[in-house]
Amino acid sequence: MKKIFVCTALVLALAGSAFGAPFKIGGTAPLTGGAAIYGIAARNGAQIAVDEINAAGGDITFELRYEDDTHDAEKAVNAYNALKDWGMQVSLGSVTSKPCEATAAENFADRIFALTPSASSAAVTDGKDNVFQMCFVDPNQGSASAQYIAEKKLATKVAVIWKNDDVYSKGIRDTFIEKAPTLGLEIVSDMTFADGNDTDFSVQLTDAQTKGAELVFLPMYYQPASLILAQAQGMGYAPKWFGVDGMDGILTMEGFDKSLAEGVMLLTPFNADSTDPKTVAFVAEYKKRFNEIPNQFAADGYDCVYAYKQALENAKANPDQDADEICPLMIEQFTHMVFNGVTGENVRWSANGEVTKDPKGMVIQNGAYVGLD
Amino acid sequence: MVFLNFFISGISLGSIYAIIALGYTMVYGIAKMLNFAHGDVIMVGAYVCFYAIARYNLPPVLGVLIAMLLCTFLGIIVERLAYKPLRQAPSLAVLITAIGVSYFLQNAALLLWSSNPKVFPSIIGRGAYKLFDGALSVSHVTVLTIVTCLVIMIVLSLFINKTRLGKAMRACSEDKSAAQLMGINVNATISLTFAIGSGLAAVAGALLCSAYPTLMPTTGSLPGIKAFTAAVFGGIGSIPGAFLGGLMLGVIEIFAKAYISSQLSDAVVFAVLIIVLLVKPAGLLGKQVTEKV
Repeated sequence: MKKIFVCTALVLALAGSAFGAPFKIGGTAPLTGGAAIYGIAARNGAQIAVDEINAAGGDITFELRYEDDTHDAEKAVNAYNALKDWGMQVSLGSVTSKPCEATAAENFADRIFALTPSASSAAVTDGKDNVFQMCFVDPNQGSASAQYIAEKKLATKVAVIWKNDDVYSKGIRDTFIEKAPTLGLEIVSDMTFADGNDTDFSVQLTDAQTKGAELVFLPMYYQPASLILAQAQGMGYAPKWFGVDGMDGILTMEGFDKSLAEGVMLLTPFNADSTDPKTVAFVAEYKKRFNEIPNQFAADGYDCVYAYKQALENAKANPDQDADEICPLMIEQFTHMVFNGVTGENVRWSANGEVTKDPKGMVIQNGAYVGLD
Repeated sequence: MVFLNFFISGISLGSIYAIIALGYTMVYGIAKMLNFAHGDVIMVGAYVCFYAIARYNLPPVLGVLIAMLLCTFLGIIVERLAYKPLRQAPSLAVLITAIGVSYFLQNAALLLWSSNPKVFPSIIGRGAYKLFDGALSVSHVTVLTIVTCLVIMIVLSLFINKTRLGKAMRACSEDKSAAQLMGINVNATISLTFAIGSGLAAVAGALLCSAYPTLMPTTGSLPGIKAFTAAVFGGIGSIPGAFLGGLMLGVIEIFAKAYISSQLSDAVVFAVLIIVLLVKPAGLLGKQVTEKV
């Protein structure tokens, strides 16, 4: 009896490895520390996608593992090595830019394919044929924003407030500043802040106000942006506000006075209030599990797993294959496939790993996002 | 007028640094240790205050009092568990422990309250006094912070200079073993210092987050470092020095941002600090102590 049991188990195990065995998918993210909000969101989003795919019981199943990098490049490499030892076959890179620049170099050297949900700096993909992004690369956000402001004639005199110790903020600002004059926008004020002096914005706002800026561009995350909006109201300055994808999340801040964000415009690939059925289902599941509205990072994590599913299916990849065998298949797929997810329709990737999808212009009205156009 | 507005912004920012610096400097002055966890006790105080006011709808004054009580308690526990066993250890070991406590508090806050930033409800509203037909405005929070700073400063000075417990504190600061020989309970005195410092941290937390209303587990750490700088600037160990140092640091920071470069403001602030320390190594109001060898 025991023998038969062992035999059956063995047969099942063998069968399992050929068909139902999961692909090992891993990523590093700040799960603790100041940037944990992004890492936890991306991991949660990816986990929902993995659970949905596994529950559906198709040919492709996943085993997901996330390691903490605390938004630190050195720890990210250690976390990456732990995932490599675990047998990671495809990688989700890292969630934030600085650590991802470090792990992407490892991905490239080890020939483990990577698709990062949200590390948006250009250096992440630069010169690496097997590292791809699900989010917009920073420079594209800057030029897309400038284009949008010019095309919609939102303003001609523009002020920029940006965070100069953050590659994300600087990347967007640099291309914005470069692109804006060619489109007839005049940059009247260009002021910065950094960690440690990100509480008082009176100087930056006074500069924008005295130089007559009609629109203030805020390429930053929502936490400093919320302070800027509050202080501008305190000094009676009410320009148009224009943010980028990092602004997403401002409305879900606990205790935030939503009237402050009234009229704030932003370009973002993901809108939790969208009526698109995929998004509705994802948002409902996320709320049920984590008691929060998913932000763009969660949506990026979710889309990454589905993009992998599509690519692995198309390539007829086999879970027995090693990472370096899967890598060329994925490069082939990602440079040719078209993906539809919650962060965009008709998503395509260029050979250098950058994504193209249409950013959605959104405006905050009555405390909710409303699509522009 | 713009200049005056910047000056007021500087005072607002500086008053926050000052109130945090008071706690740093008091603990340093008496226990002779840099409590790097001070900024994180501030954060805990702010969270307690946030929950009391925003979740349980208690009046702000009660919220601050609860935060003070809990922070005092937290200060005593931290002191008992982390610092007391190291009373005889070299000061470097205590310093490293303080950094460890700081990380511990931040990560405990992450677990307890998650990393999502919260918007702090101001304890006195977002109003401002308008001067010169509204050309200048001074927010209520700034006025409250400065008044609180002054009150704390005076009460602390009186306490340290006029009471028996204060005398014991000064004695411990001067020479621990001599104080012990005179029958002073050194351990209890140092624990008391921590309790007071942590209670002050709760007040600082409530004011910091009222002025700049976002609250995250890392909220206290950077203002804590700046306030430490302010305390050194004013002369660490000196209570009026902390106040002066805080205000000056805030004003210099804002002026550097406005008139030199927003990118270089921190560099300018620290350059001024270096110059002051070169000229007056003990800080603006610090006591120059000659070591006898």
